[in-house]
Amino acid sequence: MNKTIQWIAYKTIVSKEVNRFMRIWRQTLLPPVITQSLYFVIFGGFIGSQVRQINGVPYMAFIVPGLIMMAVINGAFANVSSSFYSTKFQRNIEEILVAPVHEAVMMAGYVTGGILRGFLTGALVFLVSLVFVRPAIHDIVAIILFSFLTALVFSIAGLLNGLWAESFDDVSTFQTFILVPLTYLGGVFYPIDSLPPIWKTISMLNPIVYMVDGFRHGFVSGGQPIWIGASILIVLSAVLSGIAYTLLRKGKGIRS
Amino acid sequence: MRAIDVQQLQKTYASGTVALKGVTVSVEQGDFFGLLGANGAGKTTLIGILSGLVTPTSGTGKIFGFDIDTQRDDAKQQIGIVPQEFNFSIFEKVWDILMAQAGYYGISAKDAAPHAEVVLNKLGLWEKRNQPSRALSGGMKRRLMIARALVHQPKLLILDEPTAGVDVELRYGMWEYLTELNKNGTTILMTTHYLEEVERLCRNLAIIKNGEIVKTGSVSSLLQGMDVRTYVLTVDSTANVATVKGFEFGAMEPASVEVTLRKEQSLGELFDALKIAHVQIFDIRPQENRLERLFLDTIRA
Repeated sequence: MNKTIQWIAYKTIVSKEVNRFMRIWRQTLLPPVITQSLYFVIFGGFIGSQVRQINGVPYMAFIVPGLIMMAVINGAFANVSSSFYSTKFQRNIEEILVAPVHEAVMMAGYVTGGILRGFLTGALVFLVSLVFVRPAIHDIVAIILFSFLTALVFSIAGLLNGLWAESFDDVSTFQTFILVPLTYLGGVFYPIDSLPPIWKTISMLNPIVYMVDGFRHGFVSGGQPIWIGASILIVLSAVLSGIAYTLLRKGKGIRS
Repeated sequence: MRAIDVQQLQKTYASGTVALKGVTVSVEQGDFFGLLGANGAGKTTLIGILSGLVTPTSGTGKIFGFDIDTQRDDAKQQIGIVPQEFNFSIFEKVWDILMAQAGYYGISAKDAAPHAEVVLNKLGLWEKRNQPSRALSGGMKRRLMIARALVHQPKLLILDEPTAGVDVELRYGMWEYLTELNKNGTTILMTTHYLEEVERLCRNLAIIKNGEIVKTGSVSSLLQGMDVRTYVLTVDSTANVATVKGFEFGAMEPASVEVTLRKEQSLGELFDALKIAHVQIFDIRPQENRLERLFLDTIRA
């Protein structure tokens, strides 16, 4: 494997992905900003004013990290799943398949594109949140680490979705029936500790809980030790990477 | 040096369809090679295996000595592929499509730009470089596919029905360009349904039928090996034609007649016999493309 060739190929895929989501920013960047702004206004403003403080901070300050994570999750996942499936559907994935691009490089390129979109949408939502609340930075390492791990996990998940999908319906089915419920049950709007024990135990199986909790730790002290969440997300991303790489090597959905 | 060396390639799809049943074929470096076959004969599967889009069930393949399985990257580096169907992003600009393709082959945009400019100019697309590909006409899209396949300067160009749906003028233009490429050293493997194209461009060919190579050799030797050929003659009158012995005459009209010559019979002998019978010939043309006859005879056998 020639490293220079693979490096240029990687940069090409990343550049193409970034150009794609920047070209269609009205579909990729604007909607999460509008949606999360509505959450800030409705949940944080109207309803939040009726809610007592949580973990020692106002309700608005409590939900901001979770809403940023929601944007990161959806941005990273949607970018890779829709982009990868579209290239399959239009068959321009063949441009990469006929070239000497290693599967790991192909995977890294798409996943990097997803991470960058996740970061960008998260940053935009963070900027919008400043209109409503001035969050204090408690642990910058946790903010960077959990943004990255969350975007990484969901970019790889998006790639798996794109690989498995055989229609645009399949792409949206995963988002609607799995991603959205997991996100809403991931502790964005409420502290997991406030749940009855049985629901708390079930919630701990949801990886989004660790993402939101770890990221929130960056703004609000408390929650679980971040090394637990980080370890779980590192293992999860390694497992998902292994599956995605194996499927790419086998040509699942992309080679006959 | 063989540009393509394929041994006993077999492909059975997951659906159970057997597309290739042990194909063995080779293409020498510098050749212009035609791969003929009816729809579903296995042409595209064979090309797919060579280009890495299809995984063979068994058999081996080499591109300029590089094994397509164990030396996959080196093998791919040698090939430029022009697939049958448009498969570029319709949202991207012509120039961006070429630069991305160069990038996948490890060539930076800076290094790829001079050659891309030459290719786009040659193919009449330079003025369209900043247009999205969806804005191009059908013929331009076809040429864009060729330009994209050439951007990394491959030694082997594989074209799967490159002139399908292309108007006559453009087809002639493509023929000239492909001939020039071949003269400059690029080995070309082409599938097409236009047999005149093969007769005009290719030096060697193979005919594939139901996943097997049933005939291969040089175009000239295969045509010479044909048992019969049929001509249509335009004559002053066909009244005396029936008196000419030793030739097989077919459909006859007042001023034209079909005649079939056996392998050992020459046109000179026919002309002499008609002259003796006082039949004056004004025109002569093959009743059908000879390669078409060869192709039909082969796939119907």
